[in-house]
Amino acid sequence: MELLVATAIGILTAGGIYLVLRLRTFPVILGVSLLTYAVNVFLFASGRLTIGASPILIDGVETYTDPLPQALVLTAIVISFGMTAVVVMIALGAYLGSNDDYVDDPDDAALAAEDAK
Amino acid sequence: MNHWIIVPIILPAILAPFIVLAARHHIGIQRAFSVAGVLALIAISTGLAWQAADGTITLYQTGDWAAPFGIVLVGDRLSTMMVLLTSVLALFVLLYAIGSKWDERGRHFHALFQFQLMGILGAFLTGDLFNLFVFFEVLLIASYGLMIHSGGDQRLRAGVQYVLYNLLGSTLFLFALGSIYAETGTLNMADLAVRVAEVGPEATVGIRVAAVLLLMVFAIKAALAPLHFWLPSSYSEAPGPVAALFAIMTKVGAYAIIRVYTMIFHPELEVTMGLHDAWLLPAALVSLVIGMVGVLAAKHLDRLVAFSVIGSMGMVMVAISLMSEAGIAAALYYIIHSTLAAAALFLIVDLVKTGRAGLTLVAAPPVSGAALTAGLFFVAAIAMAGLPPLSGFVGKLLILEASFSTDMAVWVWAIILSSSLIAVVGFARAGSVVFWKGQSVEYEEDAVLPDAPSTLAYAAVGGLVAMLIAHTIFAGHMHDYMQVMAEQLFAPVDYISTVVETPGKMSTTKEGH
Repeated sequence: MELLVATAIGILTAGGIYLVLRLRTFPVILGVSLLTYAVNVFLFASGRLTIGASPILIDGVETYTDPLPQALVLTAIVISFGMTAVVVMIALGAYLGSNDDYVDDPDDAALAAEDAK
Repeated sequence: MNHWIIVPIILPAILAPFIVLAARHHIGIQRAFSVAGVLALIAISTGLAWQAADGTITLYQTGDWAAPFGIVLVGDRLSTMMVLLTSVLALFVLLYAIGSKWDERGRHFHALFQFQLMGILGAFLTGDLFNLFVFFEVLLIASYGLMIHSGGDQRLRAGVQYVLYNLLGSTLFLFALGSIYAETGTLNMADLAVRVAEVGPEATVGIRVAAVLLLMVFAIKAALAPLHFWLPSSYSEAPGPVAALFAIMTKVGAYAIIRVYTMIFHPELEVTMGLHDAWLLPAALVSLVIGMVGVLAAKHLDRLVAFSVIGSMGMVMVAISLMSEAGIAAALYYIIHSTLAAAALFLIVDLVKTGRAGLTLVAAPPVSGAALTAGLFFVAAIAMAGLPPLSGFVGKLLILEASFSTDMAVWVWAIILSSSLIAVVGFARAGSVVFWKGQSVEYEEDAVLPDAPSTLAYAAVGGLVAMLIAHTIFAGHMHDYMQVMAEQLFAPVDYISTVVETPGKMSTTKEGH
């Protein structure tokens, strides 16, 4: 199970990094989403992987699963979800405004044109 | 338990939704509440700093749960000083935003401003690493809104870069936190300091990776080379007052490095030996050079100031990476200076922008209100470049002195001194092109000049410059205080025992822990 989870995190991260290094907004956002999935699974696994164990204290139970990473990952999911929504909105605004969706710096000519307005 | 320490977080957290929900259509009411809130913050944070000045460590257990189970807020000398600095900066920035009417050019400026304050102050006060992450996200999401305030294509585009870069930073932060939790089973800073010291020499791989990842995350926030690429375009495209407020955000990264790498991964710890002198110091020197060369190379006044921020962060990180009491004391003195100077410069850039066609560094007809703006620019540029007599010079002297006895002294001295020279040339060129050469440009006499900036805007910038001058005059007192602050940081026993040993709800004497 450890091998499977570790491989999944590795593949997600690798894919995410590849996409993040693209020049266009859409693949970059997809890449960021993949990275956040990877980190969510990673956080979840940071409390060790156990199956069918209880997270709260019960009489007569010996093995527990750590409940804290589950709380952490819930927070992380909510935050990354919100952040992705924000970046999609801002990227859409930038795309509709300037008619291209490259993420690199605008060149000096574009800056000068902006100044002239 | 004294509840004052959580007020700097609660107050903006209540004010912001109030402004959105109740005062959405009334800019006057928004302004009144925003300013009142910041004034109250200054009063409270002065009280907190006063309380911490004698070395008292104030612990606040949220929900009365003892650490490491509950989230704690901790007020020591360093965190209360940073809180006070943030509130003072916020007041001047807010006055400028009102005076220059930036807050009318888009919606929800004041609400986002309050959320931004909540995030920054929370990041300074928290004693828990995951909570630090959450406050980082609070300050970031508010900064995304502020950064694209009043819109515009270039600004949105720079906003996309800024958000994406910070999203990646947050992901990295989570990876670091996950590996720390997997290795130690705790995320409370004081508890971590105890447990990291107990990690055996045979099992250090995970914790070493975590320490480096965490350093990278904070280096992104602090815009340390080679992770500084997000800063120039986002700070120069952001509205003037927002960029001025962002001057404190890079310092959040510096603060986090000081906190984590003096307490948890302190310089004597074998696990992370060499991290600060073999990695942090060269990176800091490189960003110092990049920043100052950028000042000279910049073609726009706003980018010039953004690069000077990178340079001054490099200076701060050089002092931090010495990891000695003298080094940290010098860094803390320089942090206050560089926050005030960078904020003043960003506001001055905005003053120039209101009266001039663009910020390109070419001779153009004189700006309205040029004399006063030029005077302020002159003072702020002297401070930022570190010329005598202002605090930049004092801070630089302290850093040079702190580095004198180290092995890297030659490099540190050579790079600090030569990069300062480059910065002086860069600022002098920019100032003379914008304010001086403009006088000799022919222009039509009957051309309608834009209105000069309002008195309130000038008062806000003047206030920041006055703070800089005060920081210079009282340099002795300030440095003495920074010295005891550094002593407290390097002897974290009090901090750790206060956090770990204070009992909370349901903790039975010793077993509770």
